Amino acid sequence: MINISLETGLLLAGILFFMGFLGVMVRRNVIFMLMSVEVMLNAAGIAFVMAGSHWHQPDGQVMFIFILTMAAAEVSVGLAILLQLHKHYKSLDADAANKMKG
Amino acid sequence: MMDWLWTIPALPFAGFLILALFGKQLSRKVVAWTGSLSTGLSALITIIVGISFLTNPPGGHVFKQILWSWIEVGSFSPEITLYLDSLSLVFMFVITFVGFLIHLYSTGFMVEEEGYARFFSYMNLFVGSMLLLVMAGNLVFLYLGWEAVGLCSYLLIGFWYKNPDNGYAARKAFIVTRIGDTLMAIGLFLLFDQFGTLQIQEILTRFPAEVAEGSPFAVATAIMLLGGAVGKSAQLPLQVWLPDAMAGPSPVSALIHAATMVTAGVYLIARTFVIFQMAPVAQTIVAIVGAVTLLLAGFSALTQRDIKRVLAYSTISQIGYMFLALGVGAWSAAVFHFMTHAFFKALLFLGAGVVIMHLHHEHNMFKMGGLRKSMPFTFWVFLIGSASLAALPLITAGFYSKDIILWYAWAAEGSHELFWLAGILGSLLTAVYTSRMVFITFFGEIKTEPHGKTALSIKIPLIVLAVLSLIGGFINFPGNFGDMQWLSGFLANNLPEAHAAVHDKGIETLFQVISAVLVLLGIYLAYLLYLKRNVDEQFSKKGIYHYWFSGWGFDYVYEVLVIKPVVWLSKIDEHDFIEYFYTGIARFHMFWHVLFSKLQTGKIRWYAMGIATGAIVAIIVLVFS
Amino acid sequence: MTVIFYIAAAVAIITTGLALTRAHAVHALLYLIISLLGVSVVFFVSGAPFIAALEVIIYAGAIMVLFLFVIMMLSVGKANIEQEKIWIKPRTWVGPGIFSLILLVLFILLVSGFSDTPINSAIIAPKQVGISLFSKYLLGVEISAVLLMAGIIGAYHIGRGRGKVKHRFMEESQ
Repeated sequence: MINISLETGLLLAGILFFMGFLGVMVRRNVIFMLMSVEVMLNAAGIAFVMAGSHWHQPDGQVMFIFILTMAAAEVSVGLAILLQLHKHYKSLDADAANKMKG
Repeated sequence: MMDWLWTIPALPFAGFLILALFGKQLSRKVVAWTGSLSTGLSALITIIVGISFLTNPPGGHVFKQILWSWIEVGSFSPEITLYLDSLSLVFMFVITFVGFLIHLYSTGFMVEEEGYARFFSYMNLFVGSMLLLVMAGNLVFLYLGWEAVGLCSYLLIGFWYKNPDNGYAARKAFIVTRIGDTLMAIGLFLLFDQFGTLQIQEILTRFPAEVAEGSPFAVATAIMLLGGAVGKSAQLPLQVWLPDAMAGPSPVSALIHAATMVTAGVYLIARTFVIFQMAPVAQTIVAIVGAVTLLLAGFSALTQRDIKRVLAYSTISQIGYMFLALGVGAWSAAVFHFMTHAFFKALLFLGAGVVIMHLHHEHNMFKMGGLRKSMPFTFWVFLIGSASLAALPLITAGFYSKDIILWYAWAAEGSHELFWLAGILGSLLTAVYTSRMVFITFFGEIKTEPHGKTALSIKIPLIVLAVLSLIGGFINFPGNFGDMQWLSGFLANNLPEAHAAVHDKGIETLFQVISAVLVLLGIYLAYLLYLKRNVDEQFSKKGIYHYWFSGWGFDYVYEVLVIKPVVWLSKIDEHDFIEYFYTGIARFHMFWHVLFSKLQTGKIRWYAMGIATGAIVAIIVLVFS
Repeated sequence: MTVIFYIAAAVAIITTGLALTRAHAVHALLYLIISLLGVSVVFFVSGAPFIAALEVIIYAGAIMVLFLFVIMMLSVGKANIEQEKIWIKPRTWVGPGIFSLILLVLFILLVSGFSDTPINSAIIAPKQVGISLFSKYLLGVEISAVLLMAGIIGAYHIGRGRGKVKHRFMEESQ
């Protein structure tokens, strides 16, 4: 249907992944950090699906479903922690919860 | 019915698990029921299995139940096998039945104590481990039970752990028996090295074929196993732990002395008798150990002031008799004495427990006195137990079992006149110290008024044990009484019969008369010395008396020879160069710890940067190499 | 169709970039949803229609709505947005940006020369995926179920707003 190489697909995944990674590093707000993590997970999924398409195997899509599952679990727990964080520090600053520093 | 064999050890273990996990939530009534029912059912199943074993003996008089394979490492795959033959059946019967009676007694005896559930869980574990020990078809499995028994003795001797002295006694018991255990482990390694297996029966059948009689290997193995037996059974030179083990509650003492623990050594030697037969030197050493121990412990028992310590030394002495019997090859005589000893010693300890309980935890006999009138029931059962211990002729179980040992000490092939002499002197001593204990405790003037009533759950075990102490000997009459040796006949299916070099019924009768006279003489002597005159007061400051009182000074010798040098060595060794090496390691890590802990800023973004750096390095290495 | 791929990819990248630079959480979320829709189109044209549907339904539909709920619960006000603007000053982007860029370059280096042949974009039907999922990857499905269960319990336990939270590192700052 389309005429692109696997490289191009992986390039898209890579760009999105490192944008998400940049977001995790730059943003201090926990909500944005969680969003960035979602972007990263999604990018990993893209890589799987692209590879699956390339070899014409369903495995890549199966992996995407697993990533989806994991993302859902991660977000639910992450958001619950976020709520508690907000309750205790009245802030969404990730650096506020630095009580465990060495 | 035989397939139910596995439930016999499983029931006490189940009881232990229930009590250990839920003991705190359960009421005392439920705890008592669980604790005693588990052993009671186990005893019942043992009796049923025993009956079916007797009426319908399996092939070769051996029944094996393979449960599962424990671990598999190369050719080493110890199968967990339960092994039932006449020897283990007798032991199982005594352990479960006497154990059950002691549990029943404890339900009443410990009723006011803290840690009721803890007590019963330990007791159940103790019985279960001991059953494991005697039913094991494999030496590894036997060793497991052996160690578990040691652990339980530690837990129970130190049951009243709030008093540091009890903790000390518990540690002493544990460490001293550990010396023996180590020797035994070495013996097992030797056996495994030679045979590549630790299945008991396989070793015993292959041993005579593959090892020459009296070869260094046979002697070394036998000595190592003897070392283990000596430690557990409190024989010379590792007997020092047993008198201190009196720190535990009375039912514990009864369980340790009668049904479990100290008889493990007797069982081990009887079970591995082939090895000892192939090493005559070692077997003679067994007899010597037994003979010397029974005399030394007898003298020590003569001077003790604590009623339970008298009984403790008497146990050491009686087990000395069993070792003597094993040493001269009278295997079934040792097992017979083990059985009767279990009955009367349990009775004596439980009786002493009743006395102690009613006299405000008073252990000193010289503060008791005159209890015959105020505690008639306890007096009578205690008297029966004492008569059996002193081997009062014809009517007590102790007489029959001791008589056979004395006879073989004279008549068996590997025997020596001195063994007989030691035995006969020991029986005089036994009569004296037993009567001394009875006279001082129950006769004379009343010094402390007893209080409280004896519960029914305490009385029933005492009655049952008293009956058994009297009639328990009738299952095996001496040879000159006619052909009525049922127990020996039963055991002969699996243990070799003793070879008597002398077959003279006249001499046997003569010896019986001699020992009977000596026993009566001993009682009369005790009457003269301790009831008419108070010899203890006169002699208590004298040298030899004090020496005996402290158990022949073994504790002192060990203190000087072992403990002091080790402590001294460890003191001077505290700051050697190895020490610097280890503190150096600690300093090194401390340094880096301080450095690295600066990196722990608690900022997630910082950590993400760290991951990025690591990823860059990793990928660069991957791409450009 | 190739053009559609490129357009969708560009949309995804641009909106992701916008999402990560917004100060207002709801705006960022909306951009992120668009980005996910773009990725979904990419999936569709590269022969994975089932995954494209899942992307829309679960990612954009469920997970993002979960984010939205939480943002609404926290009622992010003006003050937070001002704070956010201070936090995302250009200066803070430099260091992480360089790191990410290095990583991206390395990634491209790794991937380049991997395979020049066009991807086989023939459709892999949901049926095939399902068969594979419930035969070959059945264990993975089971583990995912456990993971989801753990997620539910964890979220319930942590998010439970009953009095003081007993987490040791949050307690002391009360």
